[in-house]
This record gives sequence, structure tokens and C-alpha cells, in this order.
Amino acid sequence: MSEFLRVAWLVVRKDLRVESRSREMLFTTLFFAVSCVLVFSFGFVRGGQAVEGAAAGILWITIAFSGTLALGRAFERERYHDALRGLLLAPVDRPAIYVGKLLGLLLLLAVVEAVVVVMVAFLFRAPLFQHSGLLLALLALGTVGFASVGTLFSAMLVRTKSRAVLLPVMLYPVTIPVLIMGVSGTAALIQPEPDLVMARLWISLLLFFDAVFLTLALWTFEPVMTE
Amino acid sequence: MPHPETADFEQVTVSDVSRYYGRRRALSGVSLTCSAGQIIGLLGPNGAGKSTLLGLLATITEPSAGEVRYGDWTAREAGAALRARLGFLSHDLQLYPELSARENLEFFAGLYGLDHPTERALEALTNAGLRDRADDIVEGFSRGMRQRLALERVLLHSPRLVLFDEPFTGLDEASCGTLVARLRGLRAARRIVVLATHDLDVVDGVLDRAVILRRGRVHELGPGGTLRERYQIGLADGGVARRGAGRGAGPGVVVRP
Repeated sequence: MSEFLRVAWLVVRKDLRVESRSREMLFTTLFFAVSCVLVFSFGFVRGGQAVEGAAAGILWITIAFSGTLALGRAFERERYHDALRGLLLAPVDRPAIYVGKLLGLLLLLAVVEAVVVVMVAFLFRAPLFQHSGLLLALLALGTVGFASVGTLFSAMLVRTKSRAVLLPVMLYPVTIPVLIMGVSGTAALIQPEPDLVMARLWISLLLFFDAVFLTLALWTFEPVMTE
Repeated sequence: MPHPETADFEQVTVSDVSRYYGRRRALSGVSLTCSAGQIIGLLGPNGAGKSTLLGLLATITEPSAGEVRYGDWTAREAGAALRARLGFLSHDLQLYPELSARENLEFFAGLYGLDHPTERALEALTNAGLRDRADDIVEGFSRGMRQRLALERVLLHSPRLVLFDEPFTGLDEASCGTLVARLRGLRAARRIVVLATHDLDVVDGVLDRAVILRRGRVHELGPGGTLRERYQIGLADGGVARRGAGRGAGPGVVVRP
């Protein structure tokens, strides 16, 4: 297990180092997410009053769109110069490479979400920090569910020419439940009378989804990456 | 069969291997034996299946039929322990251009679980003649410098089987000479070297054996004459080089004056 985590950490550290030099994914994803929230705010906020219930949907759709953008780039570094082949040839558990890529992506999305949550709370006057622990659980579990499926699909499509088209086509049908759970859970938290029982139920369902899809992804990564 | 702790081998045997991509046949009933201390050249026109065969030997690709054995093991049986004994330098150099030369080597040394990755990286940089450029970003390196770095990356973990796909592409004469010397060193160290190349003049006299891949099938080149002449005869025998055989280079062959 420690060897598995060591390899995953090596991949995360490498990705962070590359990102710290290029800042390509962070800037692209963050810029897109901020633009998305701003555009929605022009459409859904009238006279300083946001349309009721819009904030939860806008928060999650921004996460989904910017997450898709990041996922599209997740394996690009490995594709250039065929570095993926170098990784796959290494005598390591290949799922550890998947976990490393997933963790790197989660760190990036965490930064993006920190900005997006503050923006949504401010622009839509949404009481997102009223139950911050539960919101954090929803965001963390929802992002893990979305990114775990997305990282696998991104890896599957890395050698495909039309990957930019295929990724969302494959990703959204599978991750729609995550987004619905995220939106419903967040809406339950920020409605005038917060429904904490309902929010916890959605968190439990997200946990179940994450467990299923993470297991499937770890199980299928090796055969998927063998030509 | 349980996975071995170490999976060293002295011989690689490709037995009646075929590989299909959909309905397209890339390799058809290929058989080949490679032994330690040999440099084997894979020759053939573009699209003959050289890279597919290298991919199979590197365990990146699985055969549609037949098997590849590394000593007593197949890739499926030996898994990661076998991959620890393989090195593959493809035409793309498998380096991260945003990282420095040292960071690239340390990353891969870490992946291979080598002791003292920093020292190993410095040793490899010395071998590549890049010690003074250790902390420079690879993006700024010339093709030759990248090639030398990539070669040392591939050899970091002392692999038994070393695979090269067009290793001389884009190299000047001096770099070609350095690479040839390195290949001879690998032979002396009893490694198994398989290289796919079109640079017949560069590898003439370096190869212990040369095989030609033609329409997914493999044929051993006969003895006598220069490698180019043997290659031309090999192509003409199969009717691939209907025109051009005997009056210059065959398809996809690079002529170095």
C-alpha cells in the first residue's frame, strides 16, 4: 500500500511541478469558471436579488464545465512526447498512476471551487457558509465522483483523435447523478429553511457513488491502458 | 503462476505472433528469438509493423494471437517485475519538457524504485554529457541533447531488453557516433537490444542480426554485402520494391552520404 501511495505521490508532485511552471490548466480553468459565474450572475440577478434556487445549480454547473475543461487537459502532458508510454512501462501498479492523476486534478479543482464558492455566495447572496461542513462534504464528494469518472475517461481517450468531442459525450451521462445529488444537497442547505436531513442523505448517496466509481476506475484502468 | 520478484531473462522468444487493429493486420505469424549480447535490427518500409512489434516486446501492446516469452515468463505472468527489466526509447522521447533534465531523471528513477535517485540521475546526466545543464528545462534542449537524455532515462534502471524506435532520427553525425558506441556498450554488457531503423548506413557493422518486416511478416536478411544491399535483396525477394531495388534506396530508407 505504501508503494502504491509513493507512486501516486510521485505523479502528483510531477504534475504540480509542471503546473507551477506552465500554470496552463489553473489559469484556463479558473478563468473559465469565473467567467461562467459572472455571466450567470448577469442573467439570474435582477436588482440585487437572485432568482430563487439558482445558486446551487450555477455552482455545480460551473464546477462541471470547468472540471470538464481540466479533464480534457489532464492527460495532455502524457500524450505530448509519448510520456504516457514511459509511465505505463514503469514497474508500478498502474492504478497508482490513475490515483496520482486524479489527486492532481482534485487539487486543481479545489482551488477553482474555493474561488467559485465565494463568488456564488457573494453575487447570488447565497448562504453557502451557513453549514460549511456539510457544504464541504458535498463539494468534496461530488468533485471526487465527477473527477474519478472523468480521469478514467480522459485516460481512455488520450490516444483518440476526437477526444475533445467524446469526453463530454461520455462523461455527462455517467456523472449526471453526481451533479443532481450535488445540486439537490446544496439547495437543501441554502434554502430559507435548511433541510439538513435531506442534505445528509445526498451526501450518503454521493459517498456510495464515489465508492462504486472509484472501485470501477481502479479495476479498469490497467486493461483500458493496454492497447 | 505467481508473479516473480525479479524476472530477469537471457532470451526473448516471439512465437507466431499476430496483431490486428480491427480488420487491419499489422503483424502476421511473426516468430523471432533475441538473445543476450545481441543487437538486432528491425528493418522494413514504413507501415511494415516495426513499431507494432516493438510495442509488443515492450508489453504496451498485447498480441491478438501467439505469445512473447521473456525467458520463462510471459508479460501477463511477470507483470511489473518484467517491466523493471525493459527499456523503450520511442521516436517521441517520453520526457516532460517543462521539467529540468535532473527532475525528469529523478521522476523516472523514483518510478522504478531505484535507490538514491538523485545520485543515479547525476550519474546519468554525466553519461549524457549534460551535467552542466542538469537544472535547465528540457524544452530549451536541442534534439540531440534530448535524445541523449532520453537514452539515459531508458537505461537508468539497467534494463535487460532495450528497444529503440528510430533512435538516429534528427541526430548529427557526432551524436550518431555516440549512440552507436553506447549500443556497443550495451552489447558488451549482455543486454538484448532491438532497434527499428531506416538508417542502414549508420547501423551497418553494428547489428549482429537484421530482420526485415514485410507486410506484417518477418524475414531474416541473408549474409554477405553491405546492410543496404542485403536490405534491397530482402525487399526485392518479397516483391515489395518492384521498382527502385538495385538502383538506390528502397522505400523509407535514409541515405547518409
